[in-house]
Amino acid sequence: MRLPVLPRHRQIGLGIILLLLIVSPPFLSSFLLSLLTQALIYGVLAMSLDVLVGYLGLPSLGHAAYLGLGAYSVGVLTTGYGANFWVALAVGLLLAMAVAAVFGLVALRATGVYFLMITLALGMVIWGLAHRWVSMTQGDNGISGVPRPDLGLPWSFAKAIPFYYLSLVGFLLALWVLWVIVRSPFGQSLVGIRESESRMRTLGYNVWLHKYIGFIIAGTVGGFSGVLWAYYNGFVSPANMELATSVEALLMVALGGRATLLGPAIGAAAIVFLKNLVSVYTHRWVLILGAVYIGTIVYAPEGIAGAFTQLTKGVKPEPLRSKV
Amino acid sequence: MGKKLLVALGVLVLVAAAWSGPAWAQKGPIKIGYQGPMTGPAAAVGKDMANGLKMYLDEVGHQIAGRKVELIVEDNQGQPDLALTKLRKLVESDKVHVMAGGLFAHIGYALAPKVDEYKVPMLYPVMAADDLTQRKPAKWVVRTGWTGSQPSHPFGEWVFKTLGYKKVVVIGMDYAFGWEVVGGFQKSFEEAGGQVIQKLWPPLNTTDFAPYLAQIRKDADAVFALMVAVSSLRFPKQYQDAGLKARFPLIGGGTTFDEFVLPSLGDEAIGGISPLIYSAALDTPVNKRFVKEYRAKFGKVPSYYSETYYTAGRWINEAAKAIGGNVEDSERFLAALRKVEIPDAPRGPITLDAYGNPIQNIYIRKVEKKDGELWNTVIQTFPAVSQFWKYKPDEFLKQPVYSRDFPPCKYC
Repeated sequence: MRLPVLPRHRQIGLGIILLLLIVSPPFLSSFLLSLLTQALIYGVLAMSLDVLVGYLGLPSLGHAAYLGLGAYSVGVLTTGYGANFWVALAVGLLLAMAVAAVFGLVALRATGVYFLMITLALGMVIWGLAHRWVSMTQGDNGISGVPRPDLGLPWSFAKAIPFYYLSLVGFLLALWVLWVIVRSPFGQSLVGIRESESRMRTLGYNVWLHKYIGFIIAGTVGGFSGVLWAYYNGFVSPANMELATSVEALLMVALGGRATLLGPAIGAAAIVFLKNLVSVYTHRWVLILGAVYIGTIVYAPEGIAGAFTQLTKGVKPEPLRSKV
Repeated sequence: MGKKLLVALGVLVLVAAAWSGPAWAQKGPIKIGYQGPMTGPAAAVGKDMANGLKMYLDEVGHQIAGRKVELIVEDNQGQPDLALTKLRKLVESDKVHVMAGGLFAHIGYALAPKVDEYKVPMLYPVMAADDLTQRKPAKWVVRTGWTGSQPSHPFGEWVFKTLGYKKVVVIGMDYAFGWEVVGGFQKSFEEAGGQVIQKLWPPLNTTDFAPYLAQIRKDADAVFALMVAVSSLRFPKQYQDAGLKARFPLIGGGTTFDEFVLPSLGDEAIGGISPLIYSAALDTPVNKRFVKEYRAKFGKVPSYYSETYYTAGRWINEAAKAIGGNVEDSERFLAALRKVEIPDAPRGPITLDAYGNPIQNIYIRKVEKKDGELWNTVIQTFPAVSQFWKYKPDEFLKQPVYSRDFPPCKYC
């Protein structure tokens, strides 16, 4: 089984976007740059959720918990113990991984709506912990004053532009890791499970184990987005892992296009910009956001990425959506 | 097919619009950045706040110290993350000279370090987080409002001595402001001889209190409730429906019976007693004029949220005048903001103490019905109360900030 490489014109398109992401920062206003940084970080979260929603067909409503775990690792370790970037990063990833490993045992007993409800409940457990464990998390006050990371490099990440590049590197790293995973035979088996669990089982795959590993990968990368978020925002609070954040992540995936990785990243960018720019012009921005969601569902059920594929006809249907 | 492009196009247009944002000349208008919850559960409060500030600016014809004033209003939904993003927007993109904003105390804690980093003065007319003028002072934050525990200190002792309640059950919103209001009350109430026998902490924005009301201990003399925004709309009714109003009189923090909620409440609120830095029923000429004009303009009685933001507008004006309108000099502007004294605000005289928190009157108010409307009649005034009340500042600061577990519940 060989996966087709990306068609030429799409390679060029992505190359241009990447180039723009690299060269544009000095020309952007600092506020736009901070939004772009946000978009990259939320992009990591949305891509990690896409492994579950898109490739495994398991819509989760508790994904903000991993963002929170990563973010709180950074918040607690840097403000309380003066930990450096690498320690905070390692702890954030391991904590998210460990929690995903435990939650996976519980959540993967169900599919569909039941999976949705269990992940919702598990996510709320983490939220509740952040809310009530005041001695560790400072409760609703949140942890403020998280310093920007120091990587021991000659330049400082306190300024907006260097931090943007750090986020860009983090984003590309997460994209690359997930890209390799979803295009590997393992990733293909996830799609197979999404399409027909029973057939995969008959073929001799350990379906549960594949789902479990997919679940842990999604959680770990979600934790990575939290690490970046805490450093970016300088502030962590239970609001980071409220249900609203999980729903937003799910909408990013739906808006961008499931099972495309880059689609959810674009969805994340669209939502970050819509949320923060439209609200500048009108207080009815929630209405506009709602209209965009409905418009997507009605007119582009495959999301932005799906609509784009259709527009640039001649492209074969998404390889990952076809049968394995 | 065109429809499918709409989403993408919309985003592009918006990006472009922000990209070419206006670049103001050096000596343009004085820019004031406001942020508050204009949508979401606390939207009504956010409007009261913005209205107060707008009303003041209208009164001075949008002119301060001979310069035009531009007010930029941003919505933060009462969410800390969004509040931080809006702070960045106001400072980096709009280049405001001064900010005023915020509602919830925990957002006050979240914004303070960032405000210090930007070195742009920000007024906190409402956000009452104690530590910002106590143990964790923020240089660039100018508090023109109050600390959460400020009205509670005189109130606790007063409840014991005047109302004669010995045992009180406390039910408060589970976040910094709730802990501070309750903590201040518990400290002075218990020092006077009373006992807090139970503390219940529903989360912020709770609307169904049945599980908490069922737990209230039956040997209490009264219940002290601290509600905020949407919760204060629901609580008194549920309290009455649970049959508790007849058995335990309801007292509380000032926001429980604020003017913002009174028009939406019915007779269930009558008799509620609470302390605050303001009451719309204050019988002074300044306040009467303020209430009358506010009503004419916005069709409702001003709440303390409106009053504090109205006064914040005046605060900015006084400071800007003192430095000849040169608000670009942030350091001097900040120093001027810290020196402002207002002898005749609607709420009464205000000066700042050495820690940067207003010394002002605390009013004990009782909800009464007059001409078919609910009003907070002032039944006692404590003049010129500081955030430390009768305590010595350095001794007071040795105790930890009020929290869910401090003061500990000795009689629970």
